[in-house]
Amino acid sequence: MTLMRYYAGIDSGSWTTKAVIIDADGGVLGTAVKRSGADLAVAARQAYDAALARADVPAGDIVAVWSTGFGRHNVEFANGSRTELDCHGRGVAHYVRGPVTVVDIGGQDAKVIRLDAGGQRVAHRMNRKCAAGTGSFLDEIALRLGVETGALDGLAAESAETLELSSFCTVFAGTELLTLIRSGKRPADLAMAAYRSLVKRVQAMEVFHGAMVATGGVVAHHPRVVSLLREATGGEVVVPPHPQEMGAFGASLAARDGAVAVGDALDAHGNGDGREASAATGVGSRQDVG
Amino acid sequence: MTGPALSSTATLRETMGSYYRSLGDADTAPVAWCSSVGPAELLRALGYRVFFPENHAAMLGAARTANRVMPIAHAQGYSQDICSYLTSDIGAYLAGETPLKAYGLTSVPRADVLVFNTNQCRDVRDWFEWYGRQWDVPVIGVRSPRSIDTVTDDDVEGVARQIEALVPTLEAVSGARLDGARLAQVVAISRECSHLWGACLGTAAARPAPFTFFDGTIQMGPAVVLRGMEEACAYYRSLLAELEERVRTRVAAVRGESLRLYWDGMPLWGRLRALATNFAEFGTAVVASTYCNSWIFPDLDADDPIRSMARASLNLFIARSEEPKEQYIERMVRQFDVDGIVFHDCRTCPNNSNTRYAMPQRLSKRLGIPSLVLDGDVNDLRCYSDEQGRTNIEGFVEQLADTRASRRGA
Repeated sequence: MTLMRYYAGIDSGSWTTKAVIIDADGGVLGTAVKRSGADLAVAARQAYDAALARADVPAGDIVAVWSTGFGRHNVEFANGSRTELDCHGRGVAHYVRGPVTVVDIGGQDAKVIRLDAGGQRVAHRMNRKCAAGTGSFLDEIALRLGVETGALDGLAAESAETLELSSFCTVFAGTELLTLIRSGKRPADLAMAAYRSLVKRVQAMEVFHGAMVATGGVVAHHPRVVSLLREATGGEVVVPPHPQEMGAFGASLAARDGAVAVGDALDAHGNGDGREASAATGVGSRQDVG
Repeated sequence: MTGPALSSTATLRETMGSYYRSLGDADTAPVAWCSSVGPAELLRALGYRVFFPENHAAMLGAARTANRVMPIAHAQGYSQDICSYLTSDIGAYLAGETPLKAYGLTSVPRADVLVFNTNQCRDVRDWFEWYGRQWDVPVIGVRSPRSIDTVTDDDVEGVARQIEALVPTLEAVSGARLDGARLAQVVAISRECSHLWGACLGTAAARPAPFTFFDGTIQMGPAVVLRGMEEACAYYRSLLAELEERVRTRVAAVRGESLRLYWDGMPLWGRLRALATNFAEFGTAVVASTYCNSWIFPDLDADDPIRSMARASLNLFIARSEEPKEQYIERMVRQFDVDGIVFHDCRTCPNNSNTRYAMPQRLSKRLGIPSLVLDGDVNDLRCYSDEQGRTNIEGFVEQLADTRASRRGA
């Protein structure tokens, strides 16, 4: 009988916590998304348990769990961590051959990550301390239009008139929206203008080289963003499987590959031998730097 | 992890404390305010006690008083988009706050004259003019050319004439006559201080580096406020001896130093310790910077004091155009053998942010090393996200470490 080896990744994000269970080949067996809320540790545990249940894998069969995301250091049962910059790149490189530009649009930040032909990360850029160009921007617009954020994409599908909305600041965009509402503009056109604004903001972050790959919760739940990115860049935009869970997927690959966390990397150079631990028992040396 | 603290720091505290206390002495010499790279030597030669408000503003930032007092200046009409040194300092004055209270002063020392040099920015002049109106005292200075490709003799002559034109007002306020021999002596001391400070910074070219940029921002105090004073030279002689000993015995400022970085732009004063720890915990030493090196003035010459002061102020990094700036950073990158460059995009200091005209992209291509842009501010912590900053730094270090590992594996 062959002993199966499974790995897990947890992405503790600002809005949601994602968990992914993979097998040794990187095949995704189960995923889960939970609201991060105020207790990141609890959200991580809930997402992990839910992903395990979906994968139908007992916790005892998980060889290693790695965490990523802004709450990566709060995932107490993780054996190691990498930044979301690393994990999104790592996850995308599993699916798409480089050179690649990864555009990750999450709830509170947007990232552009460049990978070379070998999948090695060569540069990144994060948004400034500002909500424009992130999921929070769409939440604010949906609130102003009186719809659920999840309904924004469907609403934009009925757009008939091209309108411009500031891509500079979420607060100013909100007041611009009120002006347009007062002048009788249709909500569908305003929703579409919000998407265009977000894409314009992301586009201004970096020059895109090679294939473009879009990931993140906004990409997963707002397909309009992808079609507008294609339109804006005139090129192909690949959406890999599980775009919202790409960070967690990358973390699970890091767990599998024994990627050495930053604090140790400089001496160990990626040798993961002997670093695996039982996630179920939490035994093993934690390799993150927090 | 950071290495052992420098033992010279105790002397540094005494040296700086003695300087601050001297600003509060009653019935002594008149007080001149001077912008950080203004004509301090001239002021000292005329017997002024010299106060550097940028140093004061940095203290407000480091003590994290800045964010509490800046809104007071904003309400006076000084925008939150302009220099946060200016808004911190004016806000603190209006709030009756100063870190100098620890040295027996109740306020910043009242100026008899304020002397600026716009080689760094216009804000220093606006800043000084506020106090000039407040106290009804003269505000004079040098309106310097900026974005200079090559410093020409005409540029030097123009600035030298402006420095000379300051003398009558400075003599009238102080009641002293400028003594050429005394000026030459002060310039000679200033040159010596600059040389010693440069030698201290140069020790960080060693592996492991005996001190970092973050240490340098504290250690540079005497080079800033005691320029032209023997006390500064004495301090840097002792610091240099300690640093050379550290190099000899391989005492590292960052334990297990593995990666080395260059820092361009202003410090984030309110996050100095956090950033120093952040880099150090990843085995990364920030070994050199444009900022700390900006108080090295090799052009100073006791045989030609005023013209050499003019040349020094014009040759300064911040006064130069993009190409000489890039050549400067290239020399530093080679000298200190760094793996990457961190650019601080300081929200309220465009003149000291070299990120806004694509320099990071050009330099990465030219030097073949990656760069990271950190969005932040020198004093206004509302412009900095701790979480994003940490992820940016950690992600950058991951990238550099992975690149090194893959090169070794190849």
